[in-house]
Amino acid sequence: MQIETDETIPLRSSDDVVRVRQAVRARAIGAGFSLVDQTKIVTAASEIGRNTVDYGGGGTLRIEVLRDRERRGVRLTFTDQGPGIPDLARAMTDGYTTGDGLGLGMSGAKRLSNEFEVKSTPGQGTTVILARWK
Amino acid sequence: MAEIPILKIGDCLLVSIQVDMHDRLALALQDDLTERIVADHARGVMIDISALEIVDSFIGRMLNNIAAMSRVLDAVTVVVGMRPAVAITLVELGLGLTGVRTALNVDKGLALIRRIIDSDSLDADRD
Amino acid sequence: MSDNRSVVLALIDRHYQRLLTDWLACQKRDAKLGDAQRESEAREFARRFLEELRRCATLAQFDNLEAPECAPMRELLDELSRARLVQGFSPSETATFVLSLKEPLFELLRREIGDNAEGLAREIWTATGLLDKLGLYTTESYVRTREEVIRRQQQELLELSTPVVELWDGVLALPLIGTLDSARTQIVMESLLERIVTSGAEIAIIDITGVPTVDTLVAQHLIKTISAARLMGADCILSGIRPQIAQTIVHLGLELNVISKATMSSALALALRRTGKVVVDRAKSAAAPAE
Repeated sequence: MQIETDETIPLRSSDDVVRVRQAVRARAIGAGFSLVDQTKIVTAASEIGRNTVDYGGGGTLRIEVLRDRERRGVRLTFTDQGPGIPDLARAMTDGYTTGDGLGLGMSGAKRLSNEFEVKSTPGQGTTVILARWK
Repeated sequence: MAEIPILKIGDCLLVSIQVDMHDRLALALQDDLTERIVADHARGVMIDISALEIVDSFIGRMLNNIAAMSRVLDAVTVVVGMRPAVAITLVELGLGLTGVRTALNVDKGLALIRRIIDSDSLDADRD
Repeated sequence: MSDNRSVVLALIDRHYQRLLTDWLACQKRDAKLGDAQRESEAREFARRFLEELRRCATLAQFDNLEAPECAPMRELLDELSRARLVQGFSPSETATFVLSLKEPLFELLRREIGDNAEGLAREIWTATGLLDKLGLYTTESYVRTREEVIRRQQQELLELSTPVVELWDGVLALPLIGTLDSARTQIVMESLLERIVTSGAEIAIIDITGVPTVDTLVAQHLIKTISAARLMGADCILSGIRPQIAQTIVHLGLELNVISKATMSSALALALRRTGKVVVDRAKSAAAPAE
């Protein structure tokens, strides 16, 4: 599997979340995604991006466009050094929230992705890796 | 900071969401709308999202909030212009737009608001 | 010419013209090329193929056909397989083009180094390895091209066979025909939703009379599409569910939260009612004047 493009952008404010959506959209288009697939991954990015800013104290997003033989995909890695998620299983349950949100962010983003992985250590930070393939 | 303009059409308020919404903008919109519903005695609120390429849980929450506040103020909320890709993604996301009616475009949205308000007043007359 | 070039390549270079002539003679003798145009095309390919072999620096460059240095050779062979595919040749026939060079090449080797048995054996081994590799590449290229063609045809078929029809003002119909696979269903459903936007139709009738079986995946796509249509402000009516499909749906425990009519005509009648239309029988209303 090759990595065709690789870039990292900061995620510190809601302006950055807007930029994240635009960057992910551009890469998804470049990878040949259909409109619906683009929308799904940009929406997933918006969900996790917001979490990174709102709950993770800000962090970064790494966008990679991958190629595996004939298929192309987009992989997003969100990293923050925030408080972490104490009860990961509960956070992944629909409707769970610590703020006054719908709490659908993570479980929703997972549903929109082909691959989804969360690593979180309370007190150290959280990493979310999601990918969507064409 | 840019504001989202609120237009008055008869006894309805029309909001057209054109830009990529920041959190502050969304909160400001909710506040502005609440004030305007009261000030203009609006019976209907129409939110045009035809320019939105994505609707995530944050925007969904905002729409639900606006609908809830409007209902308390005796106004009907209709969301119009949802793009197919957005609708498909929302279904996949499992996001429920509760208390929010939808219509294909502004014209049909206005007609829907009309129908609901008229049937409401019929019920009221009957009582 | 340096020493690290193999004997085979050196000989191809030195006796290029004669080799080409002999090769073409073999092809003409064996093949069923038929007309003059194909013959001249074959001659052109042969010339370019030998030219490419002649130009290569060492045989080792062909160890990995994916390498950039082999690009011109790969492109030439891709072009050849595409041409042969279109002309209706089989993969073997296409590969034979490359392999047929063996005969005149071995003949050339025998003429030039036939007195050195060991050298001859070694060079024949080298030559046959090279040509086999190139011949096999041709087969793979052929198969890849054929898959590309099939994929493109499938796409075109998809676009042709999924018409969304506007039955009346504000009423769309999507008659689904044939077995639905996941990919096709998705595309069809997306085009229905697009059509709802462009036509402003508030009701879409999805007719599955022509669908023999429905599996979980397809049913889920149907349900998702109906949900999406509702989110947009339209609604759907399902029609033409056969008894077998009804049983499957119940067995699978699926909740089809949608109005379902037996026939498209009853679905249309409902749709017209819902959009505020009335259908009147002119003859009857003329005979019995309104009071």
